[in-house]
Amino acid sequence: MTAKQSRGLGSVSEIAASVRSGEVSARSVLDKALQRVGELEGDLHCFNEVTTEKATADADAVDRMVASGADPGPLAGVPIALKDNLCTEGIPTTCSSRILAGWRPPYDATAVARLRIAGAVLVGKTNLDEFAMGSSTENSAFGPTRNPWDPTCVPGGSSGGSAAAVASGMVPLAFGTDTGGSIRQPASLCGVVGVKPTYGVVSRYGLIAFASSLDQIGPFAATVADAALGLEVVAGHDPMDSTSLDRPAPSILASLGDGVSGLRVGIVEDFLSDVSPECSAAVAAAGEALAAGGAKVEHVAIPEVLLGLPAYYVIAPAEASSNLSRYDGVRYGLRVDGPDVETMNARTRGEGFGAEVKRRIMIGTYALSAGYYDAYYGQAQKARTLLIRAFETAYRTFDVLLTPTTPSVAFPFGSKVDDPIEMYLCDLCSIPSNLAGHPAVTVPFALSPEGLPVGVQVLAPALGEALMMRVAASLEQAAPPGARGPVTP
Amino acid sequence: MCPRIREPGGRAAVSEPERLISPDEVRHVARLARLALDDDEVDRYAVQLSAILEHVDAVRRLDTAGVPPTAHPLPVDNVLRPDTEAPSLHRATVLAQAPAVEDDRFRVPRIMGEAP
Repeated sequence: MTAKQSRGLGSVSEIAASVRSGEVSARSVLDKALQRVGELEGDLHCFNEVTTEKATADADAVDRMVASGADPGPLAGVPIALKDNLCTEGIPTTCSSRILAGWRPPYDATAVARLRIAGAVLVGKTNLDEFAMGSSTENSAFGPTRNPWDPTCVPGGSSGGSAAAVASGMVPLAFGTDTGGSIRQPASLCGVVGVKPTYGVVSRYGLIAFASSLDQIGPFAATVADAALGLEVVAGHDPMDSTSLDRPAPSILASLGDGVSGLRVGIVEDFLSDVSPECSAAVAAAGEALAAGGAKVEHVAIPEVLLGLPAYYVIAPAEASSNLSRYDGVRYGLRVDGPDVETMNARTRGEGFGAEVKRRIMIGTYALSAGYYDAYYGQAQKARTLLIRAFETAYRTFDVLLTPTTPSVAFPFGSKVDDPIEMYLCDLCSIPSNLAGHPAVTVPFALSPEGLPVGVQVLAPALGEALMMRVAASLEQAAPPGARGPVTP
Repeated sequence: MCPRIREPGGRAAVSEPERLISPDEVRHVARLARLALDDDEVDRYAVQLSAILEHVDAVRRLDTAGVPPTAHPLPVDNVLRPDTEAPSLHRATVLAQAPAVEDDRFRVPRIMGEAP
């Protein structure tokens, strides 16, 4: 272990405040970010594309606004990174797949447009497991990302590039997507904060779909406050997404420092025997910290959470098999020719998709096919109902729930990639929130004996972001120094 | 290191893997999904998909009598927008990244069984 704590570029709010006041130029902040990318990217491979030229123009535009007396917004001059499944107008968006290599979206995702309007400066598009399917970034067609805490280990996934970019201090804020844990698991493995918002809080317009009833966009940052600020910027109703909640974006920052006195916290005990000792110990320590802050902490059994993983591995592949039918070699992306259209479709998809994506398309197609639909997909949807009801019952007694984020700390490259089920188990503790549509956040809370970060997860009922982040902020205060990024590898 | 899934109640749900999907079924599903697979892939997926189905078997065996399905976590439905004209993407923009274009249309190989 050689990773050293680093300040990175400073906090999101500090950068924005100093750029807005004219004390520091957005251009100089960007130059520092690009310098750090230049130093570390060769070792870590966080990015599929670094957008130096456009970023420079965007930073200069922010500086011109400041000079003219205009306010560039709450993220003025903040360098950000975006997972490469978020559409960016004119900038290649690949989902780390050969089938989309070189494709340039004709429009920005709503979340991307909101970040631009808030004054953020896009530094680049980050690596992911192909089409967000995986927990290690080893499924990227363009090579894996490495964990800044130990480059022989995976950063987690699927949003591994965004997690590692924040954890290595290249950018103070990044965004990813979370379908079964793809923000929280890599955030935990990289020692940063990661938030999966309530389903419908952040527009999915321009997010390249994996499983539409589960996907949500969310932030990565070194601190709870920076993640909260990032979430506030991208949240809110969007008529372009029919699943977007038509209500005001949650106000999180205002109550972040209110503490946990009097809150009822339930430690979900069903995961604890299935995770490594350092992960369960971190949850126990987090419970003690909250109790010391005045919360009422108790254990709770919610056995239905263990239905999450098997239900997810029917529902998510089923939705994926439908969503990914659009990659047919006709309108965009790769085409591998054939004598007739069906052969062309099949060859294009056979060569364009990697092994994990094909595996999930096959599972989903099987689960939706005649004779199996009720036994698998129908049953999984009913398991989803049972899980949601169990959470509803728990939230009559508890304000928030506390769980491990992951079953283990970061693992070495190659140790799970040939065993799909071992890899799927990485999302054991994160999947239930996606199935329920509830928010969840991971906070770095401990270091393992090897010096790798361990996160703990706070769950809240739908639209409970403010309370959830308040609890996360208290945990952050109580976490030992050195447990979180950024670090220099 | 990684956990095994237990059903609610703590009973082990993972039994000895039995072959649930044959290579012929893999080929059938691959045809439905329009995926060209080579023979190695067919054999590998037969084993892996069987293992995955084995793993999700807890869901198949669950007693769900009287439980309604959840397709979507939100109580949001019938979202409509006003039926008014608005700009859309230009045809040239859309066609610009197509693999093959002819006469302002997407060009594809022949669709019918016989040559035109």
